[in-house]
Amino acid sequence: MLRTWRQRVTLTDVFIWLIGLAIAAAVVWGTIKTLELHLYTGSGWADLTIRGLALGGVYALIAMGYTMVYGILKMINFAHSEVFMSGPFAAVFVALGLSKSGFLDRQPVLGLAIIAVVAMGVSAGIALLLERICYRPLRTAPRLVPLITAIGASFFLQYTFRGLFGSGSFGYPAIKALSGSFTIAGIQIFNTQAVVIGGAVVMMLILFGIVQWTKIGKAMRAVSEDKEAAELMGINVDQIIVFTFFLGGASAGAAGVLYTLLFPVVNFYMGFIPGIKAFTAAVLGGIGNVPGAFLGAIILGLLESVGPNLFLTGLGIPSPSQLKDAIAFIVLVLILIFRPTGILGERISRDKA
Amino acid sequence: MNIESSIWKKAIQTGLIGGVISLLLGVVGMVAAFENTYLISGVITMGQILILAPFLFESYSAIRHASSKQPLNLLVVGGLTGLMGGVVLAAFIGFNQLLNVRSVLINVSPDLITQWTFNLPLLAGVLVLLVAALITGMIAAGIYLLPSRIRGALSMAVLVVLALGLFRDLIITVILHWGFVQYIFLWIFAQVGMTIPGALVVFVLVGGLVYWRSGIDQKAINLRRSPKRQRIIRWGTIGVLAVIVLLLPQIMGMYFSEILDDVGIYVLMGLGLNIVVGFAGLLDLGYVAFYAIGAYTLGVLTTSEAVGLLHLSFWAALPLALVVAVFAGVVLGLPILRLRGDYLAIVTLGFGEIIRILVLSDWFKPLLGGSEGIQRIGQPTIGTFVFSNQQQLFYIILAGIIVAGFIATRLKDSHLGRSWMALREDEDVAEAMGINKVITKLLAFGTGALFSGLGGVLFATKVGSVYPQSFSFIVSINILSLIIIGGLGSIPGVFVGGLVLVGLPLVLSQFADFVYLIYGASLIFMMLSRPEGLWPEARRKLELRGEESGPSPQENPKPATSDAGH
Repeated sequence: MLRTWRQRVTLTDVFIWLIGLAIAAAVVWGTIKTLELHLYTGSGWADLTIRGLALGGVYALIAMGYTMVYGILKMINFAHSEVFMSGPFAAVFVALGLSKSGFLDRQPVLGLAIIAVVAMGVSAGIALLLERICYRPLRTAPRLVPLITAIGASFFLQYTFRGLFGSGSFGYPAIKALSGSFTIAGIQIFNTQAVVIGGAVVMMLILFGIVQWTKIGKAMRAVSEDKEAAELMGINVDQIIVFTFFLGGASAGAAGVLYTLLFPVVNFYMGFIPGIKAFTAAVLGGIGNVPGAFLGAIILGLLESVGPNLFLTGLGIPSPSQLKDAIAFIVLVLILIFRPTGILGERISRDKA
Repeated sequence: MNIESSIWKKAIQTGLIGGVISLLLGVVGMVAAFENTYLISGVITMGQILILAPFLFESYSAIRHASSKQPLNLLVVGGLTGLMGGVVLAAFIGFNQLLNVRSVLINVSPDLITQWTFNLPLLAGVLVLLVAALITGMIAAGIYLLPSRIRGALSMAVLVVLALGLFRDLIITVILHWGFVQYIFLWIFAQVGMTIPGALVVFVLVGGLVYWRSGIDQKAINLRRSPKRQRIIRWGTIGVLAVIVLLLPQIMGMYFSEILDDVGIYVLMGLGLNIVVGFAGLLDLGYVAFYAIGAYTLGVLTTSEAVGLLHLSFWAALPLALVVAVFAGVVLGLPILRLRGDYLAIVTLGFGEIIRILVLSDWFKPLLGGSEGIQRIGQPTIGTFVFSNQQQLFYIILAGIIVAGFIATRLKDSHLGRSWMALREDEDVAEAMGINKVITKLLAFGTGALFSGLGGVLFATKVGSVYPQSFSFIVSINILSLIIIGGLGSIPGVFVGGLVLVGLPLVLSQFADFVYLIYGASLIFMMLSRPEGLWPEARRKLELRGEESGPSPQENPKPATSDAGH
């Protein structure tokens, strides 16, 4: 028994487990130290938690695009971060127009709905163009090829937007109706945060419903299970793939609008970091899995907002919030090393690269 | 009748695509950036080429795919395709007239409109634009109908004239050292671009030469020569090339030498990434991390500032920097090399970002200087000679490229190189053949990190300082684009890619704003139409092309072992 165990474990495994242990020890030690310092009050932690939940909601909606496309095409849509960027970027002009005419203040709900529809439409349109031009001709190509195309598309889109609208940032108009805050059980919640969390949950429920209970959702699941068999059952695979991209794009556009409620600025490179984090969330939850993406995104959002202060302050690292992006990446690396299938992921067959 | 109508439908579709491309080039500001870049003085600007070139390409592609090849039919298809492109532009101009879009699209300036309408009054200009588009489309048909020998000569001549016009500044700088020869060239070139008679002469000369040469079977002549003569010719060519390369900094002058150094550093790193991506098939998007590690290690070890550690000399710090870079490569590689290809891409990307974030953070500020970076980095010396300026540094970089190129070439056909390619093609089969997956991949990763670290060292000593801003994700994309467009796995391709992708935008500063736009577009375009790259590697070409049609017999008469010959 011992002998087989020793044969199975290679030096690499030992090395990896040592890294994992070291990181776990640092996290635990840092947390204890931080809590001993009593730097933050309970409401301070609560604020960070609410912020994390709001961020997580946004990541969840972006992650949907990654996870659904991965589920069906088994490829990472690397340009999805630009799908996310394009919607709110295009909608900012509508928002500015609505704000100037006073419509946004008179009818905040309707105004926000118009902005959201424009953003979702543009994002979905970009996603469909991507699928048609960049991915469809390459469906049978070696794996590396569509991935490279996706990277190219990502840069092309970023710099096209830069060329079209300039390299500066555009500010989203503040919506008066959402400027206040309210308190529940001693925790202060900003209206925008409440809207973001609520909007994300509603969108997630709609998406989940579409995938789980509609006919086309059933077809999507069938295609992701087995493309050939689905085709034999009379499912139009092309149509399903297009619909998947549409759904992912629209949800990225919605995420974009919610994101601008939290950070009311758009620019051509805004997609990169949230895109990577949403991908991390999708992997964390188990890529290809819709509820998993939501779970992963919430965990990642919390880790990102609470994590730096909780883990790193105690270790004596100055200005830990500078490292919040690094935390997301480290989570990504760790999850891929220790549990590539993610939290809710099933045991997917290890296809070759 | 049905087939007929489908031809027209196709032509209209293709034409609309051409129009959209041309429109995009204008709207993102590229046309305006080349407004005054005359290729032929007073006749045609690069901007105008950018307006019309999409029509030409789309018409040509429409003609090539047309089902009926009757000359008249093709002429009409070409014209229609071109015209549809013109219609898109005209429609946009009309739309802009009704509703000024400049408040949203910043590059739609009155300047752009006058360029689209060829400096004419609006209505006349739009008419001329439509006619020009129509004629461009018909020209495409004309080119298609020419015999292939004339077509080759013609397109070569046009390309050379355009290139000479575009690179006027570079060429002028170079030939100013050439004594009396410069007068001939000065006659060819105007203040911007070429003179009309100069362009005509070059056109006729190049066209004639290519036409004459294309009649001769070069391979047959080469075969008729004795092996000894062949060898003399080959070594002679290599010798002449070596002398030219050694003299390059002197020929090019200080300003262009700096560009040459940049190209050199990118080529060096490209050679390394080519091993990782091209040979072993591991898509590494965090290549910049090792570049940063190399540069920062050298910076910390050699700077004369207070943040430095040991204040070593360049040569003492160089091996240490390389060791640190390779160590980082191995440490990162160990856990992630078991992952699938697309995950690997994201993890390496994340790693690159982690390095940049750490360098920028307050945490490492005492050691790495935070956003202020490290200044006064040591320069290489031999005896009392200091390699201080860009022309002298070129030789250090050249030495690095030679070492890297030698290692890459030797590795390619070695046991290790073949193991890499086996892993790239099919991991499970390779493993079953007894290849140790982890060690083999790790060696690729480590070699890549070594060259990237060397690139970082050279970059740090070239600039004399390091800042976190120099190590963003975009560097990785630069190098990746360079090796992909040059041809994955192909060593000469790295040089071609470096010159085209790094050199070109630096020489033509008008391109600077559009570099990444063009990179992105060319990555997509290459993957869709020519996945093997500009200078393909024989095996890779087989692999990528083989899926659809299989190797055509005349393309590859011998089995793949033939590439071991060169």
